[in-house]
Amino acid sequence: MNIIVCVKQTVDLQQVRIRKETREPVLDNIPLTIGNIDKNALEEAVRIRDKVGGKVIAVSAGSEQLTDTIKEALAMGADEAILVISTEFEGADSGAAAAALAQAIKRVEDYGIILLGEGSADNYSGQVGPRLAEILDLPQVTYVSSLEVENGTIKAVRNLDDCFETVEVGVPAVVSVVSEINEPRIPSVTQILKAGKKPKQVFKPEDLGIEITRSITTLSNLAPDQDRKRILFQEGTDKDVASLVSALEAEGLVRR
Amino acid sequence: MAAILVFSERDDIAWQLLGKAAELGREMGLGVAAAALGSADPGGYANRGAQKVYISKNEQLKTFEASVYAEALSQVAKQADAAVILIGSTRRGKELAGRLAQKLGAGCISDAGSLEVKDGRLVCTRNALGGATVATQTITTELQVIAVSPGLGEPIESPETAEMVEVELALKPSAVKVIARSEKGQGAVDIEGAEVLVCVGKGFTRQEDLKMAEELAEVLGGLVACTKPLATDEKWLPEDRVIGLSGKSGKPNLAICLGISGQVQFTVGIRDAKTIVAVNQDPNAFIWQMADYGIVGDLYEVVPRLTAALKG
Ligand SMILES: Cc1cc2nc3c(=O)[nH]c(=O)nc-3n(C[C@H](O)[C@H](O)[C@H](O)COP(=O)(O)OP(=O)(O)OC[C@H]3O[C@@H](n4cnc5c(N)ncnc54)[C@H](O)[C@@H]3O)c2cc1C
Ligand SMILES: Nc1ncnc2c1ncn2[C@@H]1O[C@H](COP(=O)(O)O)[C@@H](O)[C@H]1O
Repeated sequence: MNIIVCVKQTVDLQQVRIRKETREPVLDNIPLTIGNIDKNALEEAVRIRDKVGGKVIAVSAGSEQLTDTIKEALAMGADEAILVISTEFEGADSGAAAAALAQAIKRVEDYGIILLGEGSADNYSGQVGPRLAEILDLPQVTYVSSLEVENGTIKAVRNLDDCFETVEVGVPAVVSVVSEINEPRIPSVTQILKAGKKPKQVFKPEDLGIEITRSITTLSNLAPDQDRKRILFQEGTDKDVASLVSALEAEGLVRR
Repeated sequence: MAAILVFSERDDIAWQLLGKAAELGREMGLGVAAAALGSADPGGYANRGAQKVYISKNEQLKTFEASVYAEALSQVAKQADAAVILIGSTRRGKELAGRLAQKLGAGCISDAGSLEVKDGRLVCTRNALGGATVATQTITTELQVIAVSPGLGEPIESPETAEMVEVELALKPSAVKVIARSEKGQGAVDIEGAEVLVCVGKGFTRQEDLKMAEELAEVLGGLVACTKPLATDEKWLPEDRVIGLSGKSGKPNLAICLGISGQVQFTVGIRDAKTIVAVNQDPNAFIWQMADYGIVGDLYEVVPRLTAALKG
């Protein structure tokens, strides 16, 4: 049984800066990486493989740079990668990603479990997993915080808004994970060096018979106004604390 | 008449959505319908703005399972001639929305934080880039599925009598079996409504030390909230105390951030605070960009001093 994990390439969000005058995000020249929660999905895939065997196949849809970004997933333990590459994925919605992933996954033989993150780092919509499950006509188990796969049965605990739910489902199924499921490993230097040599299949959308359509138009994407005073007291001495308290009192935020 | 169809697995959220749908329906010339599936109370919807309530007590709807509920709602949507489907953006609601949208070939926006009609089109906002920005978006497909953040609409009362429609649904049993369920039993703490929030992060090294934050909160008449890792990884506080992209948003007068690095996924939840104070020992922490006042220092020294100074 093979294990599929869907990972998305995004800009490193910690490095996104906001252009002061326009409130627009500056995304040029920011390194690309794989989403945090996608790494949890990948870690889980690797752990399952190490227990039940098979291969971990990382599947991703994104821009040209993906051939490079995907090395991170291969270094973390994925055995192979299938990439769907097109500039059109930039800003495309969940439906386009799900359609591409579904067609790529259909090329894999004997997959038992398809893992995803509960939400991508940038879009965090939680839509791709359920859409993928619908296209492939598979059951889905979302927001999983603990997972076991044994003899073709998936047993999972789901972390929902107001309860934990333990469920069982046979393979194949789509499973999305939350970040607390595991601690993703940091690859060693040898693993990073080996990653470039692992097998990769690269497709264009047309090779898979898909057309990237858009069902959402973004009218604007701006940072909200944040006009903070940014007054820093450099030492936590009694004097600094007193200055802070006076400042807060002057604003009527605290009373003595 | 084409309609806005409302569904949430939680009645309180469905009522909020009905209030919102009534407002949007007037502007867009659409009727308001609700889907009362499984154990939902149809009468509650009829009293809160639904003009039509589609009812099914089909055996398969006894417990919520997204693929079955998506199939049920897709059948109801056709009968109701739905142009817009509003769903409560809970975790269950989001997975339902995605699956339903795919089934119906519709565009879908989840976690919509606002929803209004502009030039006859529905316009939504949602957080993007992990919370660094807010995207304003419209759906271009004929049918629109929108998962709306809880708390957006206000429930209304409607004296008119709604039409109750019993529907026959063809549903297959779910492949997913629920073995057990345990309620989280979170306290009724209203982080979102608090005037003062003392937010704690990984700068705290032991659970016992949170007492310092509680004392500070008590002096200020506020509540303690936290970053995600403190709840999901350390389990020091319940998850309903998490502020941020996957947690809650507050609008306090004063938010004090203790030992928090200030990544966007957290700050998105406090950016509406009037004044933000931070204590962090790292002079280069991201949190300084969000702070009105800050003390660079060890929280273990600063917090007791601050509490003492406020006590006077
Ligand atoms: C999709 C997604 C959704 C997320 N949603 C959320 C969310 O809703 N809410 C959320 O909070 N996070 C969320 N996160 C996680 C988020 O990215 C950060 O990992 C998290 O907010 C960091 O928490 P922290 O600031 O407590 O910890 P850290 O980043 O580890 O920061 C700890 C800080 O404490 C300081 N410190 C340490 N010791 C001391 C001391 N003695 N005195 C003073 N300062 C000290 C350090 O300098 C550091 O700045 C999400 C992540 C993803 C990918
Ligand atoms: N373009 C993509 N390529 C591969 N996986 C993706 C892509 N977009 C989303 N995913 C997966 O779907 C999950 C949910 O994404 P989203 O629906 O955008 O929140 C992510 O955590 C990834 O595992």
